[in-house]
Amino acid sequence: MTAQDTTIYFDHASTTPCDQRVVDAMLPYFTSIYGNSSSRNHAYGWEAENGVDTARSQVADLLGAQPKEIIFTSGATESNNIAIKGAARMYAKAPAGSESRGHIITAVHEHKAVIDPCRRLEREGFDVTFLEPGADSIITAQMVKDALRDDTILVSIMWANNELGTINEIPCIGKICKEHGAVFHTDATQWVGKLPTDVEADNIDLLSLSAHKMYGPKGVGALYVRRRRPRVRLQAIQDGGGHERGFRSGTLNVSSIVGLGAACAIAKEEMEAEGKRLSALRDKLENELMSRLEVVEVNGHRDHRLPHMTNISFGFVEGESLMMGIKNIACSSGSACTSASLEPSYVLKALGVGDELAHSSLRLSLGRHTTEAEVDEAIEGIAAAVQHLRAMSPLFDLWKEGVDISKIEWQSH
Amino acid sequence: MAYSEKVVEHFQKPLNVGSFGSSSDVKDRSDIGVGIVGAPECGDVMQLHIKVDEAGKIEDAKFKCFGCGSAIASSSLATEWIKGRTVDEALAIKNTEIVEELALPPVKIHCSVLAEDSIRTAINDWKKKNGHDVEDDHHHH
Repeated sequence: MTAQDTTIYFDHASTTPCDQRVVDAMLPYFTSIYGNSSSRNHAYGWEAENGVDTARSQVADLLGAQPKEIIFTSGATESNNIAIKGAARMYAKAPAGSESRGHIITAVHEHKAVIDPCRRLEREGFDVTFLEPGADSIITAQMVKDALRDDTILVSIMWANNELGTINEIPCIGKICKEHGAVFHTDATQWVGKLPTDVEADNIDLLSLSAHKMYGPKGVGALYVRRRRPRVRLQAIQDGGGHERGFRSGTLNVSSIVGLGAACAIAKEEMEAEGKRLSALRDKLENELMSRLEVVEVNGHRDHRLPHMTNISFGFVEGESLMMGIKNIACSSGSACTSASLEPSYVLKALGVGDELAHSSLRLSLGRHTTEAEVDEAIEGIAAAVQHLRAMSPLFDLWKEGVDISKIEWQSH
Repeated sequence: MAYSEKVVEHFQKPLNVGSFGSSSDVKDRSDIGVGIVGAPECGDVMQLHIKVDEAGKIEDAKFKCFGCGSAIASSSLATEWIKGRTVDEALAIKNTEIVEELALPPVKIHCSVLAEDSIRTAINDWKKKNGHDVEDDHHHH
């Protein structure tokens, strides 16, 4: 028996299953069309190159980009590293080893794959501003505008947040960057394949995406690099055979790239209908839980967010016990407060969720194969677990008595 | 994390969940000892109510717990162990016995310490209410 037989999968923001159509497209590239796409002088190489070219067009189509603007990578983490480090080092105002090499803007609740490259650049002499969102989690164009400086060379703001699904003001942020002459990068890992993208209308210079978040294989992704108006240059991180226009040396992962292309083509066709279906299921999940239980809150903006996910907090239950109570539902948990057993979520902390003590959060993300029956089962399971734990929770009793638990002097250990 | 069978059993069907009244109800009752230990920001709060007869025997015990599965199991087990014992016998229970019974891994030992603390705090509350000498709280962790 596998997890699939016993456990509902509501963790599509972590990863998705490969679509069978994606697998079917990939299979010939393992055993028949196995040439190196860089082999220019025989048919094996040409066939493989054809597969890569098709995939490049499929990815470009989904983004409103030109095929030449797509660089294949091992995933969004690598794309982010190439984009952020590559742009900062290319457009640096002063040579390596000096100070004041330029200003970068990002946000505190970005993914670690953006935060950590920015932290490294700080140590290399760049200044980084980490914007702080409000309680709705949204980074607005005004926030970026207020942070811009004469020496701002790069702005990196994710399109949709991975823990909350909330959507930042991307087209407007891109416009402001364009007017200012700063390169604009967006980590669109959670966004692409869920809602439409048009790198021209959305004013994007660099965009990271990953295949496994949209029913493609793990270990492959892409970076969009603008070639016209303006042409964006990057200093490559990895040296070697000069593949991918010199941005990313290394033999191409042909079968996975073909899979990424197929996943993009399917997403382009199906995302609108899929988004509608999943947002209806997501809303049912949220509304049912909120009507059955007291002290339940949805974290982040309720409207400006992805259709398929929710981040929802339950008061007076501890996170690990909540996960233990719903072990037939695979999802991610997060707590804003430090506990002995769970790492606090810096994303929820940034929203001030931790200011109210003793909330535990679940990130529930639905997907292509999610059924209404699964949603119904999850509603029952989560509601029952929260009720079971609250019946045991001394904090829930105190709350019902009208005691403010943040005012009690607890004897911490 | 994998839990021991006993932890899972106590988590699913905890023994003696409840209280002998709200915090204001039990505050001045001399037959009830109250122990609340831990802190919400640490992820563990245990509340133990004990009902003690005049001879110092624990007639009944109820717990509530905000915490992980191991914390819930530790408090559930603690109530079961102290029922029917005298307060002095209950004070002799060591956290290591709880660790052993529930097969708690090292990262969960603090749950057993909290359970032991809740027993001592509840008994001391009862003793104070009844004019008995209270031993100094010696924290051994």
